[in-house]
Amino acid sequence: MAAVFAAGILSFLLARSIFVPKSFGQYGHYRGAALQEIAARPITFAGHDACESCHTDVQETKSKGVHAPVACESCHGPLAKHADDPTALQPPKMDVAVLCVRCHEANKAKPKSFPQVVSADHSGGVVCNTCHQPHSPRIAEAAGTNGDTSSGGGQ
Amino acid sequence: MTLTRRRLLYLLPAAAIAWDSLIAGTPETAPNYNMTDHWWGLLIDVTKCIGCGTCVNACQAENNVPEGYYRTWVERYHVSDWNFENPQVDSPEGGKHGFPALEKEGGKSFYVPKMCNHCADSPCTQVCPVGATFVSPDGVVLVDQKYCLGCRYCIQACPYGCRFLNPETNTASKCTLCYHRITKGLTTACCETCPTGTRQLVDLKNPNDPVHKFIETHSVQVLKPHLATQAKAFYYGLDGSVR
Repeated sequence: MAAVFAAGILSFLLARSIFVPKSFGQYGHYRGAALQEIAARPITFAGHDACESCHTDVQETKSKGVHAPVACESCHGPLAKHADDPTALQPPKMDVAVLCVRCHEANKAKPKSFPQVVSADHSGGVVCNTCHQPHSPRIAEAAGTNGDTSSGGGQ
Repeated sequence: MTLTRRRLLYLLPAAAIAWDSLIAGTPETAPNYNMTDHWWGLLIDVTKCIGCGTCVNACQAENNVPEGYYRTWVERYHVSDWNFENPQVDSPEGGKHGFPALEKEGGKSFYVPKMCNHCADSPCTQVCPVGATFVSPDGVVLVDQKYCLGCRYCIQACPYGCRFLNPETNTASKCTLCYHRITKGLTTACCETCPTGTRQLVDLKNPNDPVHKFIETHSVQVLKPHLATQAKAFYYGLDGSVR
């Protein structure tokens, strides 16, 4: 009888060792190795620190304007491949007609303090970067005037 | 010494423990990142959200989220000036392409970004029959794609509607709080690209984290607090009509 018990328990342990992953229970009731697998995935957005390490001129312009807190890849899209090897992927040209209005087109639900325009009335079809520099968009600043009329913030 | 049944019963537990430690091996360690030093959460400042949908696009690009599915999305609420209990909510394509002009007169309107709340006491992990979803030691609710059966229990259990069945893998899928980024010292894709600073990653174990300090000193709240899920997505400026 003891031999039957021993054989049964040994076969249970053997089956358990085969079917239960090695890292199961390492941190809790799950496969601990899953954490490393999820953490090992490649990144798509490089992060603004990576951009700023090379593009210091843009960073300097941007830091003085109202777009200073906006991360590069908010507009330019995911560019981790470009950060790894600048020749591998060139950032696509931005379509300002789409890009600017994505944030600045007037909408009743947007916070009142956020600069909004009805693009059709505001520019009459003229593309945004004819007047505004996207990295430092406030015209009053660029012209050195003292007015508080940011054209990005106009009604 | 003869091996009696009594002696065998004494021996077997010891043998089982020895065998278990033998097959378990040594725990793997992640370089430069100590899970026990962090407890991740998120601050969502509703007063800053402009509904641009950059976060939704960024999440889809960063995490290969299938078209038509969302790990994060933005809702637009319109609360009429008299019917506070029944707000009108829309989220066309998760707010991915922004929102059309709102024609409604009166009342108030605002955007509310939604995503996994990374609950410390999450209902979704409790119902998983195989241990495929769990709260990591640093407070992130994750899914083990290799272990998930696709039974959908967790999708039903999530009170915030943050999970879906990935049609490509037939496994449960959800926000990982960009675990592959935060373990490398980066912020999440949605926080990185949010142009207004609405979304900010917070380390609740780091007392010097400025976002942590903001949460400490401001009135924030979580979604559905009555469910006691210990949610860690903290909303600032949230209207009472938000569900």
